[in-house]
Amino acid sequence: MTAMKNLNNMNKATRKNMVTYGIVLAMFLFCVVYTTTGMASHLFRGLLVPICVNVILAISLNLTVGILGELSLGHAGFMCVGAFVGSVFSMVTEESITSVWVRFPLAFIVGGLSAAVIGLLVGIPVLRLRGDYLAIVTLAFGEIIKNIVNNLYLATDANGVHFAIGVEAYNNITFDAMTKKVYINGAMGITDTPNDSNYFVGFALIFITLVVILNLVHSRTGRAIMAIRDNRIAAESVGINITKYKLIAFVISAFFAGVAGVLYGHNLSSLVATKFDYNYSILILVFVVLGGIGSMRGSIIAAVILTALPELLRGLSDYRMLMYAIILIVMMLVNNNETLQMYTQKWFGAINVKKFFGVAGSKKKAKEGVS
Amino acid sequence: MKKSFMKKFAAVSMAVMMTVAMAGCGGGDQGESGGASEFVIGGIGPTTGAAATYGEAVKNGAELAVKEINEAGGINGVQVRFEWQDDEHDAEKSVNAYNTLKDKGMQMLMGTVTSGPCTAVVAKTAEDNMFQLTPSGSAVESIKGDHAFRVCFSDPNQGIASADYLAEKFAGKKVAAIYNSSDVYSSGIFEKFSAQAQEKGVEVVTAQAFTKDSAQDFTVQLQKVKESGADVVFLPIYYQEAALILTQADKMGLDVTWFGCDGLDGVIQQLGADASLAEGVMLLTPFVADAEDEKTQAFTAAYKAAYNDLVPTQFAADAYDAMYIIKAAAEKAGITPEMSVSDICEAMKTAMTQIEVAGVTGTMTWSADGEPTKTPNAMVIKDGTYTAVA
Amino acid sequence: MNFLSYLISGISLGSVYALIALGYTMVYGIAKMLNFAHGDVIMIGGFVVFTAISSSLTSPALAIICGIVVCTLLGVVIEKIAYKPLRNATPLAVLITAIGVSYLLQNIALLVFGSASKNFPDIFKNMPDWHVTEGLTVSGVTIITIVVTVIIMIGLTLFIQFTKPGTAMQAVSEDRGAAQLMGVSVNSTISLTFAIGSALAAVASVLLCSAYPLLNPYTGAMPGIKAFVAAVFGGIGSIPGAMIGGILLGVIENLSKAYISSQLSDAIVFAVLIIILSLKPTGILGKKISEKV
Repeated sequence: MTAMKNLNNMNKATRKNMVTYGIVLAMFLFCVVYTTTGMASHLFRGLLVPICVNVILAISLNLTVGILGELSLGHAGFMCVGAFVGSVFSMVTEESITSVWVRFPLAFIVGGLSAAVIGLLVGIPVLRLRGDYLAIVTLAFGEIIKNIVNNLYLATDANGVHFAIGVEAYNNITFDAMTKKVYINGAMGITDTPNDSNYFVGFALIFITLVVILNLVHSRTGRAIMAIRDNRIAAESVGINITKYKLIAFVISAFFAGVAGVLYGHNLSSLVATKFDYNYSILILVFVVLGGIGSMRGSIIAAVILTALPELLRGLSDYRMLMYAIILIVMMLVNNNETLQMYTQKWFGAINVKKFFGVAGSKKKAKEGVS
Repeated sequence: MKKSFMKKFAAVSMAVMMTVAMAGCGGGDQGESGGASEFVIGGIGPTTGAAATYGEAVKNGAELAVKEINEAGGINGVQVRFEWQDDEHDAEKSVNAYNTLKDKGMQMLMGTVTSGPCTAVVAKTAEDNMFQLTPSGSAVESIKGDHAFRVCFSDPNQGIASADYLAEKFAGKKVAAIYNSSDVYSSGIFEKFSAQAQEKGVEVVTAQAFTKDSAQDFTVQLQKVKESGADVVFLPIYYQEAALILTQADKMGLDVTWFGCDGLDGVIQQLGADASLAEGVMLLTPFVADAEDEKTQAFTAAYKAAYNDLVPTQFAADAYDAMYIIKAAAEKAGITPEMSVSDICEAMKTAMTQIEVAGVTGTMTWSADGEPTKTPNAMVIKDGTYTAVA
Repeated sequence: MNFLSYLISGISLGSVYALIALGYTMVYGIAKMLNFAHGDVIMIGGFVVFTAISSSLTSPALAIICGIVVCTLLGVVIEKIAYKPLRNATPLAVLITAIGVSYLLQNIALLVFGSASKNFPDIFKNMPDWHVTEGLTVSGVTIITIVVTVIIMIGLTLFIQFTKPGTAMQAVSEDRGAAQLMGVSVNSTISLTFAIGSALAAVASVLLCSAYPLLNPYTGAMPGIKAFVAAVFGGIGSIPGAMIGGILLGVIENLSKAYISSQLSDAIVFAVLIIILSLKPTGILGKKISEKV
């Protein structure tokens, strides 16, 4: 009871954050109970890490789209960088750092940082561009990364590290056949990354991402970033350094996309660059917008639902993706149309769809704060 | 305030739980074995997304074979149930599909169709020690482990065979290549081809790439080929792009010999009314739909009858063979549906190295590493049909 | 000489992008939304025309008209069901719904027409090629595409400038609220915009499929994205900009394949795009965005 009182004494924003953390914690506990009691299907177990990956991606993109207010269509590109750098790091250090407790966290840091560096590079044109022009530049960056990584060859032998772009350049390298070890093999990408990912790591990362981003949002920096989103000129006039704060948001967002990439890269034995195309970036954007722009809680829920949905629909066989498209459209309409919302309120009473997703939709609402 | 807060929290948590729990439904029937009455063989491949046409062909070919097998009394007197799951040509979805099939009691896997996802799934089948036979996953890594086998040729195998063939039959000619650098199959073949060509002294005058994102306009690549004065153009690509290349080359008046791998099978149908453009195209392939032998003709006829007059491609043929290979190995190993997945796998992988199967894609034997041994035939398209090169 | 032939091939590729970009930019300029389903409307148009021709009941001309009618209706229906309810929502919500519509159209086509690529018949087979000099040829399809694109570009500009519905479109584009106050029906104006945009998609589908005769449920996706890039390149919302952007994109793509690397041409195209947008943040012919405090 006292705990309840404490909750009530907290300010609105903190309480909202607690709910968000609570949801993640509840999800985690549910997974632990469900899997350890042996009730969970193979599909459920297999889905947990992909869900964690998508949740982290959605939260991190929400920082750019919801808090900074800029449209990014290249989030998968940052993820790609993180995935490849992190995986190569793990493969290189597999023998030198034997403890997975040391190697795996290091892989996250290395992967995240390299994505952040790329984020910084992308951030430079961000300073000059706005709206759809920015969207297309981020899309362009994502596609450039994909195209380059797709042609990348990285191998080592007794003579050192060899690196090539394109098959022919690769074939021109003379290798010491005995000690040759290929890390990145062009379109085939990386095979046999150590499979270190599991949902414990995944949920830990969701928590870290949430803590960092929610604290950032409610800090002085976060308020500055939101001020830029709401009125750039006014923000500038009160002395907010636009360049600095935009870059901060962008780089942090890219960092966590890289982290999600590392998690993804250590989950499957096959990592190919073509996965990280604009379609994947758009999918992450779908999580953010469906969940409610600026709402971290909404992003989490939307990412969970949309990752699980195609799998839940497997029973429909040929009509699966058709149904997925229809459900997506209907969810978007229900979530964003006022008349339809009235109906859903009538039918579902307490579970108000809009509230369910936290703060959804219009910028007006997003201004009130984030959860 | 307090009440509404609690209510909201409860509602949200409930909803999340429900969603998550839904993802786990089907948890009840995750029996390891499909029961005594039938063998459950799973199949995975893309039936939606840009690679859907390959998955569709594999699914059709396999279903046709299963139907025939069941009509003839099944495997070891036991009927076969074939379960198919879509993977959208994506590694993650492929693993999801694999897990779904496991929940449905799959005992052996016939898949996956494409190389990248196959590489991800083969690691999972290794963990579970489940027998896997891929009809068309051609990358070396796609059958890693001694539990996995394949029906088709591996990419390096095709690249080397092509370079050897060109070195022998087109000695002294200038060779150009057009390949898809974003595709595992195409770049895998080309990588080994160009290395082997260097070794065998084949003069590769130019190598032009394209990617999945710009696979419509080939005029620049063809212009480059024209400038290089190549006599032969090597096309380690699929028939759809090849059809575009042939059409555009014809408009440019490029007169060369086209040479390709098993991916080119299907180019005649793809060109439709312009099939004459495919005249003189050569390909090294284990399967062509209108081959003279009785087996292929029976297969082609049955496939056309079953699927709306669709001509079977190499993918369909590989899958059709895959089912008969599983049958042959299962009979050799004498497996029964009551056996555990792991026991089936152990018995099957020994049997695989002992059998010889005469399928529509040739007569095959397997080594313990999973690679098939069969001979590709050099074919040339003449008067709208494939004819063996004399 | 070689350069000229690369240039010409770039222009023919670019003219297709330009034609698709016109539809994109028109819808964006007036409805202020990125219609990501535009590429897929093109694909549907392609299938309608293909089916009409291969049923051999109709002549190619009639088949094209058939395609235009179906696409126009489709565009209006999509707008009514999926976009209109979101008139007051954030533009991003409409963008995501458009992506949903794009998935929907692809999967409907997959179920109806199957996954195997169809060989689109060359409607313009009898159109003579233009032999500029020895070894330098401009194909008939390219000439038609360029002519059609220019006609549409001029037609659209005149329509928007000088007709009543056109001025209504301008008004809606300027200020939706004010337009409504002045008695302009915003809903019917936007519906009309979609109808025209989708009719243009049908025209684009015929020329796209004639130039690159491979038709499957995913045919529209990549040209759609490229056309979106082209529209932004030229300055999104600007009709002549779409034309210039499209042609430039095609030329850059083919020149980079020819002179730099055929493997990295996608990366190079996008790098050039980024450089141009860094220098000219609103595209080549884009209007400068004025900011209100």
